[in-house]
Amino acid sequence: MDNIVFLFLRRMRQPLLTLIGVYSIAVLGLTLIPGQDADGQTWYMSFFHAFYFVSFMSTTIGFGEIPYEFTDAQRLWVTVSLYASVVAWIYALGTILSLVQDKTFQRALAERRFARHILHMVEPFYLVCGYGETGQALVRALTDRGQHVVVIDKDERRTNLIQLQNLRDHVPALSADARKPLHLQEAGLPHRACAGLVAVTDDNETNLKVAITSKLLHPEIKVICRADSREVEANLASFGTDHIIDPFDTFSIHLATAFRRPCLYLLQRWLGGEEDSQLEDPVYPPQEGLWVVCGFGRFGKAMVARLASEGVEVVVIESKPEITGEPPRGWVQGRGTEAETLLEAGLERAVGIVAGTDDDTDNLSIVMTARDISPDIFVVLRQNQSENRAIVKAVQADMVMHPSAIIADRIRVLLGNPLLFRFVSLALQEEDAWACELVSRVTALVSQRVPDVQELVIDERHGSAVCDSDARGEKVSLAEVLRDPWHRDRQLPFIVLMMQRGDGYFLLPDEETLLQHGDRLLVCGAGGVFERLRWNLCHATALEYVRHGDTQAHGWLWRHLMRWRKRG
Amino acid sequence: MNPEKVVFGFFIVLALTLNFGFFVGEIDNPEHHHAYELFAVVVVNLIATVLKFGDRSQMGAVLLATSLVAMLQLLAASLVWVYAVHISGQGLTPEITASIVSLSGGAMLANVVSVVLLVIETVMLRR
Repeated sequence: MDNIVFLFLRRMRQPLLTLIGVYSIAVLGLTLIPGQDADGQTWYMSFFHAFYFVSFMSTTIGFGEIPYEFTDAQRLWVTVSLYASVVAWIYALGTILSLVQDKTFQRALAERRFARHILHMVEPFYLVCGYGETGQALVRALTDRGQHVVVIDKDERRTNLIQLQNLRDHVPALSADARKPLHLQEAGLPHRACAGLVAVTDDNETNLKVAITSKLLHPEIKVICRADSREVEANLASFGTDHIIDPFDTFSIHLATAFRRPCLYLLQRWLGGEEDSQLEDPVYPPQEGLWVVCGFGRFGKAMVARLASEGVEVVVIESKPEITGEPPRGWVQGRGTEAETLLEAGLERAVGIVAGTDDDTDNLSIVMTARDISPDIFVVLRQNQSENRAIVKAVQADMVMHPSAIIADRIRVLLGNPLLFRFVSLALQEEDAWACELVSRVTALVSQRVPDVQELVIDERHGSAVCDSDARGEKVSLAEVLRDPWHRDRQLPFIVLMMQRGDGYFLLPDEETLLQHGDRLLVCGAGGVFERLRWNLCHATALEYVRHGDTQAHGWLWRHLMRWRKRG
Repeated sequence: MNPEKVVFGFFIVLALTLNFGFFVGEIDNPEHHHAYELFAVVVVNLIATVLKFGDRSQMGAVLLATSLVAMLQLLAASLVWVYAVHISGQGLTPEITASIVSLSGGAMLANVVSVVLLVIETVMLRR
């Protein structure tokens, strides 16, 4: 506050002094110079009239010579003071305008307004550092789910972009360097309502600094960080970052899952997908045969390592080995966009190709050339920029790797649906047949859209009817809760994926399981029908109906009447 | 020898002396208090106030406060004068003159405080 006001006052000194000086000299002159009234008598202007006249003269309004016509002496004086005072006003106004438009001043104002807004936040919010591709996808995903977000990014253009995007919630954004702890503090890091920090800038050092700052200033909150290399990952893990996401590692794990357990991979994609998107088809990457990997950057290296560990033969195509490092034996020099390079790498007998360079045009070209030579080849495509979504979709690759989308999706699940995360890691330990059966059950539930996955908690706020019933000693089972409160003979179209009770997690709990206070359920089903399930949990009458089939009287008066009637 | 300090001190002391000059004399006699002098007092006090802008120290804040008080009183005195002479038409009666002069007396006290603070600041910083 002080900074801005004092800056303003200090800059305004010169113009104000000039204005005062010019005004006082003009007024004094006008009072001293003799004028003539209507009868020709000498008359001296009073201070009041002189001030009035100079005011409207200097602001170029010019009502006229008051109260009598001026003598020539007065007119001479007025001419001189006119030029001086108008210039003085323009100078003063110009200074004010330039001061208000000053970038520093505006930035100071914006920062203050932002910090004050954050101070008043009551509901929990997440602090997202970095508003590039990943940040944008993440913020959209979070706000769509109704979670509050605060954004901080170094680039002013990016933070200005927020106002243009149609986000569901108001997202306060600060354009400042997140490496400075002061800015993180202004953005609300130590605030009570800050529930987590996500560092997804495109610079590893910044992410590191932000994560450390968060762990020091507000140790209890969750810190999720993006990392691009092993050293950075190790560094982040060393001081206890809660989740570190490396998109290339994550994708290579996905690929491994797709190799060994295609049903589980499909399930993962379905459950973790964005709301209202189409159900995707299963993919079956071929394990027997040759794979060609184009591009030996971070992604390429991760792919080669993963394929090698699966025992698959790999040939790498790389155009700049001096930057990326020498690929393993049998590599081909080139970009892969021309047919000769691909043929040299053995594309005719290859079963899969990975287009993993960091240029979208190159990648698409590789894919199309490869399909020309071998139309049924399995294609893994790396997408770098989300603006190319339309052409990537058109090329219909079997697997698309989009780093920002992977990070954003993972963080979205981590923050919005932590139980789902746990479910997937537990499901990895099951057989693929189990996953296949679950896939067919989900397909039966939802027609073409991705199922909605939500967490339900049995506590006073969300499951009061069940808790009350439990307290009375009448346990409620899962099967009862899953009946339709409109017709108790029908089942609601839901699958209970997992139940958490205390520290224990139970996959696909049995229908006869009795619910207790404090249980958490992970439920998936068609989106629109969740309300009915919630109704069962929290509304006593609905619960009664699904359990017993008729509603009993609740009110005191009615119960007495009923009793009286039964007796009679 | 700091020229800025010279100018600063000059205008603060000048504001006080001119104010005293206007104030002195019978409180209800319009002959003893002239418009030109009030004009000079207002102008010099304005300049002194503007010079006190932008100082972030505690001393600077209090100095600015005293100047603002003095300006308030002086503007009130000018308004009363204008009202008496031009608006109500009754001219400078003894009562009106007494009001004007007492208001300027209040401004003078504020200027005294200002000068005292200036002296204290100078003494504390003696080099």
